[in-house]
Amino acid sequence: MSTDVRLRVDGVEVVVPAGCSVAAALRLAGHVSTRRALDGGGRGACCGMGVCFECRVRINGVERLGCLARVADGMEIVCDA
Amino acid sequence: MRELSTEILVVGAGPAGIAAAVSAERAGARALLVDMQAEPGGQIWRGQWNNATDRAARRWLTALRGSPVATRYGLRLVDFAAPGLAVFDGADGPLRVRCERLIVAAGARERLLPFPGWTLPGVFGAGGLQVLVKNGWPVAGQRIVVAGSGPLLLAAAATLRKAGAQVLCIAEQTGAADLARFAAGLAPHPGKWLQAAALRGRLAGVAYRCNAWVERAEGTERLESVRLRAGRSVERIACDALAVGFGLVPNTEIAQLLGCELRDGAVVVDVHQHSSVAGIYCAGEICGIGGVDQALAQGEVAGRAAAGSGERPRALRRDCARSARFAQTLRRHFALRDELRELATADTVLCRCENVRYADAAACRSQRDARLQTRLGMGHCQARICGAAGEFLFGWTAATPRPPLAPAPLTCFTEPTSDPEPPAQESA
Ligand SMILES: Cc1cc2nc3c(=O)[nH]c(=O)nc-3n(C[C@H](O)[C@H](O)[C@H](O)COP(=O)(O)OP(=O)(O)OC[C@H]3O[C@@H](n4cnc5c(N)ncnc54)[C@H](O)[C@@H]3O)c2cc1C
Ligand code: FES
Repeated sequence: MSTDVRLRVDGVEVVVPAGCSVAAALRLAGHVSTRRALDGGGRGACCGMGVCFECRVRINGVERLGCLARVADGMEIVCDA
Repeated sequence: MRELSTEILVVGAGPAGIAAAVSAERAGARALLVDMQAEPGGQIWRGQWNNATDRAARRWLTALRGSPVATRYGLRLVDFAAPGLAVFDGADGPLRVRCERLIVAAGARERLLPFPGWTLPGVFGAGGLQVLVKNGWPVAGQRIVVAGSGPLLLAAAATLRKAGAQVLCIAEQTGAADLARFAAGLAPHPGKWLQAAALRGRLAGVAYRCNAWVERAEGTERLESVRLRAGRSVERIACDALAVGFGLVPNTEIAQLLGCELRDGAVVVDVHQHSSVAGIYCAGEICGIGGVDQALAQGEVAGRAAAGSGERPRALRRDCARSARFAQTLRRHFALRDELRELATADTVLCRCENVRYADAAACRSQRDARLQTRLGMGHCQARICGAAGEFLFGWTAATPRPPLAPAPLTCFTEPTSDPEPPAQESA
């Protein structure tokens, strides 16, 4: 009974399956790199378990880890990439 | 600030923490189980809370559902405001928990090692990509190289394949002789042996290469190919993802913050899983890498002991001894080869958060020195990745972690405003 969830990524509406992580939602929406490192290089999720902090994004205005957070209807996600 | 109080606080809801909390309640104590993930299950049972496919997962997750253990998810332990007063950070703000006794079951993370291109999007930990997939990360139709070391590579490859990925090959850095000795060592562990055989079955047709490792990941904005070395030959393989991990490292920072004694990177415990600090028990991978059976047995022992039920039934003692022997077999046969120390070039980033280059880190005497000279390990992940890499590359001993254990908002450290309440226990 996988229903869908609507959220906005960098202002664009995206529909993803309920229950997935924010990191997965971003990848489903076509984002490969979700933050910029100090040297400008793109970075994306790596460890999958809240250790490397590479997947961090702003969720409803607060910096959080995409791999630990679950999607919810109406979420506003902003990447730094 | 929200504040709760409980008799026993269990940090980490993987197999060890679940077994600990459920066993503590069965022995008559009140327990609160907290994890930073959205659901219980830890690494191995990720995504199984609503649909357990594994037998042990079904048994323990059902036990947790039916037990009066109180649970809170999406909260990360970041500090202790005082002994017995833990501070957590979560999406709904901070939470303080007062407890009489503490069981730490924080599990393990993967050891990631630097090589040119390892920071490109599309390069993941091996278990890392596996757990991302368990939470909906799409890999169907993608070409994936799995590399590194240890039995987790097989489990990861099987998950990726089941999710529709094309696993191009599994590159294990260990040599064939050690692998054969490891396989022979599984004989006294029929469960592990069956698991390995089942995995091999699910991976039929996937090339498994030993003495092989990825030297370089290539691509401009994202991963496009890897260079794989196997003995003297080097091959370029075009791929969409690389899942690469070099074994597991215990997450000891919480125990270290509390002053628990460590040996060989793991927390030292007695037969009751009690650490060197009064009232603090530890269970699972943080006491040494040994897999899910060890985590469950140690969790049960810790939960019973913390609840004051000191005797260990014979079956449990046997499980602990057997899983400890398996842990030893694991350590002996997946030692990392020296060539892996030579992969990073002077310009390869070692500290991913602060972008510290390998050459700048290598010029330092210790991790502490590198911290002062280069900011290595001072970024978001607080040396969780580069610290374990530095141990292998330079023989550094990990610097003692400092609070907060993860970046947290200031509100976590302001005085509590509410009186502590007991957490609502789930109905029995
Ligand atoms: C990425 C990964 C994938 C794995 N996949 C497999 C597999 O497929 N098969 C297999 O046999 N083994 C696998 N393992 C090995 C596995 O770790 C063990 O077999 C088993 O899960 C260990 O149980 P545990 O309870 O000790 O730790 P874990 O399962 O790691 O549980 C520890 C829990 O503690 C939580 N935690 C840690 N720090 C904090 C904190 N500060 N605050 C709050 N919560 C915290 C974590 O979120 C986690 O849920 C994997 C390991 C990793 C790292
Ligand atoms: S992917 Fe490493 S913290 Fe999320």
